[in-house]
Amino acid sequence: MSIVAAIRPDEWEAPLFLHVLGATVLVGGLVAVLSALAVAWRREGPDAAFVTRLAYRSFLLAVVPGYVLMRIGAQWTYSREFGDNVTDPDWVNIGYIAADLGGVLLLAAGVLAGLAVRSARRGDRGRPGLPGRAATVIVAVLIVAYLVAVWAMTAKPGS
Amino acid sequence: MTLYEWLLFLHVLAAFAMIASSVVFTIVAVALRRTERPGPALLLFDVARPAGVLVAVGGLGTLVLGIWLAIYLKGYELWDGWIAGALVLWLVTGGTGGRVGKYFTAVRKDAEALVERGELEPNDQLAAALRAGTPVALHAVSVVALLGILLLMIFKPGA
Repeated sequence: MSIVAAIRPDEWEAPLFLHVLGATVLVGGLVAVLSALAVAWRREGPDAAFVTRLAYRSFLLAVVPGYVLMRIGAQWTYSREFGDNVTDPDWVNIGYIAADLGGVLLLAAGVLAGLAVRSARRGDRGRPGLPGRAATVIVAVLIVAYLVAVWAMTAKPGS
Repeated sequence: MTLYEWLLFLHVLAAFAMIASSVVFTIVAVALRRTERPGPALLLFDVARPAGVLVAVGGLGTLVLGIWLAIYLKGYELWDGWIAGALVLWLVTGGTGGRVGKYFTAVRKDAEALVERGELEPNDQLAAALRAGTPVALHAVSVVALLGILLLMIFKPGA
């Protein structure tokens, strides 16, 4: 295999670093949220409320900043790599879908996680309730979607 | 997909697992510092459990697949500065992360023993162990080393 496949121009590197760093923090944050919510499912009372709060804080302090970094880095890298080129390859479109549709799902997961904290605080035997369960499913779907995006970014279908 | 694309995809996926686990460990380490009772500490250790699997798989995957890629691609050698540097940083992050893991495994066993004895109230010894500076410093070194690897992989200085 030639080295040409693995080298990219220098001006792409800083935005790509930002993009990849943000994406890894985003996925790490989502894993923390998923894990905390999964633990909350199996608990009751203050224990469930405690880990549900941890899930929500992880969302706010890791997932949201990670997403912002990833998205800014993506747009910056795109502007360097493609400029005004009108036809995007398939892998770029997959990335856009994962980022933008994923952003909407992230927003929904964040709202639901916040509601789960309230639900756990107010009663329902301390459990995160339906909002927590819905947030767990959305976060799991998002992790899978971002893994597909990683595949698209590396295998670059349609390029 | 070509062999190169598979190797790159799995290498990057393993890197995501490694950094994602580091994000989870950071979140849990911060939360543990505010914990004095064994019950919540054990809940936090439960949240970190998937990250323990991710770091093992990701660590091994990045190393094996990274070496395979360096051998497979013509023009790259394992002794190229940026590859050798990444290997050294991989040892640093693995070594420091491993020590932190052993430390918190011991603390977890202490917390489990307290719960088994029915001592669920705040415990000074446990609180001191959870707030110890050395594991936090080692974790910080591990995170910085990981960031260094990411920088080397994106910027490839000297390539």
